[in-house]
Amino acid sequence: MTDTATPKTTAAKGRREGRIAQFLHATEIDTRLLGMIGALLLIWVGFHFFGLYKNGFGAFLTPRNLWNLSVQTSSIGIMATGMVLVIVTRNIDLSVGSILGFCAILMGVLQVKILPQYLGIGHPAIWMLAVLAGIIVGSLVGGFQGVLIAYGKIPAFIVTLGGLLVWRGAAFLVARGETISPVDSTFALLGGGPYGAVGSTGSWIVGLIACAAIIYFVISGRARRQRFGFHVRPIWAEYVMGALACGIVIGAVLLVNAYPWPIGIVRQYAEANNIVLPESGLFISHGFAIPILILVGVGLAMTVLMTRTRFGRYVFAIGGNPEAAKLAGINTQWMTVKIFALMGGLAGLSAVVASARLGSATNALGTLDELYVIAAAVIGGTSLAGGVGTIYGAILGAFVMQSLQTGMVLVGFDAAMQQIIVGSVLVLAVYLDNQYRARAK
Amino acid sequence: MTDKSKQTPLVDLRNISISFGGIKAVDGVSLDLYPGEVVGLLGHNGAGKSTLSKILSGAYEADSGEIWINGKRADIRSPRDARDHNIETIYQTLALADNLDAASNLFLGRELVNRWGMVDDSRMESETRKIMARLNPNFKKLKEPVSALSGGQRQSVAIARAVYFNARILIMDEPTAALGVHETAMVADLIKELKSQGLGIFLISHDTREMMELCDRVSVMKNGQLIGTENVADVTEDDILSMIIMGKNPRAEVA
Ligand SMILES: Nc1ncnc2c1ncn2[C@@H]1O[C@H](COP(=O)(O)OP(=O)(O)O)[C@@H](O)[C@H]1O
Ligand SMILES: [Mg+2]
Repeated sequence: MTDTATPKTTAAKGRREGRIAQFLHATEIDTRLLGMIGALLLIWVGFHFFGLYKNGFGAFLTPRNLWNLSVQTSSIGIMATGMVLVIVTRNIDLSVGSILGFCAILMGVLQVKILPQYLGIGHPAIWMLAVLAGIIVGSLVGGFQGVLIAYGKIPAFIVTLGGLLVWRGAAFLVARGETISPVDSTFALLGGGPYGAVGSTGSWIVGLIACAAIIYFVISGRARRQRFGFHVRPIWAEYVMGALACGIVIGAVLLVNAYPWPIGIVRQYAEANNIVLPESGLFISHGFAIPILILVGVGLAMTVLMTRTRFGRYVFAIGGNPEAAKLAGINTQWMTVKIFALMGGLAGLSAVVASARLGSATNALGTLDELYVIAAAVIGGTSLAGGVGTIYGAILGAFVMQSLQTGMVLVGFDAAMQQIIVGSVLVLAVYLDNQYRARAK
Repeated sequence: MTDKSKQTPLVDLRNISISFGGIKAVDGVSLDLYPGEVVGLLGHNGAGKSTLSKILSGAYEADSGEIWINGKRADIRSPRDARDHNIETIYQTLALADNLDAASNLFLGRELVNRWGMVDDSRMESETRKIMARLNPNFKKLKEPVSALSGGQRQSVAIARAVYFNARILIMDEPTAALGVHETAMVADLIKELKSQGLGIFLISHDTREMMELCDRVSVMKNGQLIGTENVADVTEDDILSMIIMGKNPRAEVA
């Protein structure tokens, strides 16, 4: 999976000779990706031991915390994948947090006040209609902004800055500032929680399918390259890469399965299903939370979109040279509309996850999210100069942002300190990225 | 080339004009091009050569005038329309997306896809290898973004893109500007080869000697206007130079 259109960043070799360099060269691992994972682990371990030192227990590296981290990252992560396309094409979208709030409140009103009148409370179509409505409204709002940018020739910064205010205001007007709750019970599962997770068996199934897919792609990718007579990795490197990827997947399964339901939920569940609780209690695993599976699904779909479709190729081309893209016959204006519509649709999907997690919809949902989403994309290596960015980078960036946030809460930093640190990390990350790119050249 | 008057021209530009904010970049220019012919466009910087060629390639829409292709009125409003008429262009600016590799640039807008509609990078890379082996055997950096390439290598990518898709009409806007002596000679050979295959080529260059060697006819432009078009066999290099500099056609007065 190294033959994508994004610039290769494996060229930092030469400086560090020796085994590590050889290993990286043979496996064609993206060293920038490695750096990001390293930074993430450093944050995790750092907060864990800082907590251990300061409070007497390290609360970070626990199944419970990491599971919660995955749920909390989902909403920002989903939007960050769309922000990559926006930023790669040299635009910006400041309105995503407000679109999220607007979609959330619309979905809330729809499923709590409108649909039950016609379908009855708890009707299974309610959650589907609500989700559909949220995504469609988000896409329309985004697409509308895209039209103003592409055909109205108003800078994206201005259009979406306006959108930031307009959609937040509109979100208030929909329910006059009321909080809408509780959301439909099936809808609520999309936000995670003990019932909103796929359990132990489900997680193993997901994990094994993922491993099978990894093995398939390693083998088929190698066969394809051989068929065309291209350079292939040494066979041991293929094994290492395959094993590493499968190992990470299985590790994740073990982790989410190691986080049991709290005793209260277990009791409730046992009562509802007429199970006699044994003396020692029952160990029921959470397994993967539904929102993280949504994020993974979105991440995969967006990666395919960016690296395997014409659409994705045009996104990069527009970012690299808009003039050249036009001369190659690409309808850059319509592309811009589609990109913003996609961004809006993802904000709608994030609204599903965020309001489901909360169990209610408020007009303030998603406030300041645009900044975290942009920060996630940028920390993940998306260049504001355009033309460069990856989906996995943005998702990792979202994890970095959320890990910082969670970690600081766990060790007891106050809100002011949190803001200072998050802001500084953003600036530092971009500085380091620039340094890295300059060297890789 | 009197025999040509009986043939249908491949391209017939009639009275083309375009202005940018009051400046007439192209002012009532008429030009034609026959199959197997190379027509050179000469003139100072700002004469309107690139703008005229961009009208034919669909990058600009003329304010007035007509484009006829193969004896039929053609409505070219976009680069896609031009491609549909088998017109390929090597732009003076090369028009490459710097962040993409050679294959992605070569196939930009016309990607090869597999049966699921996914871009087939391997096949595009393989095709790129083949055409580059023909055009520039030294070209090795297939997987690098083209920003990492030298001027000459970038130029070969742009040339490969125009040649790969079996153009019938080729516009080459200063294709040798960034090339060394050896590469320039290769482009000259390529032009001769394409000409012998029956393509019609508009060639823009500042090198009058090169133009005398490669072109059948040359047209000289100044301030957006066509000064004159001459058969290369009938004029000397000095005649051409004086047309470029004086903005007058000395032979027109004699005749
Ligand atoms: N997109 C444009 N906008 C405004 N003016 C332009 C544009 N393109 C070309 N021009 C003007 O048109 C004239 C002809 O330019 P050009 O065709 O590039 O000349 P040449 O290729 O002969 O050097 C110049 O005065 C140039 O400044
Ligand atoms: Mg020019």
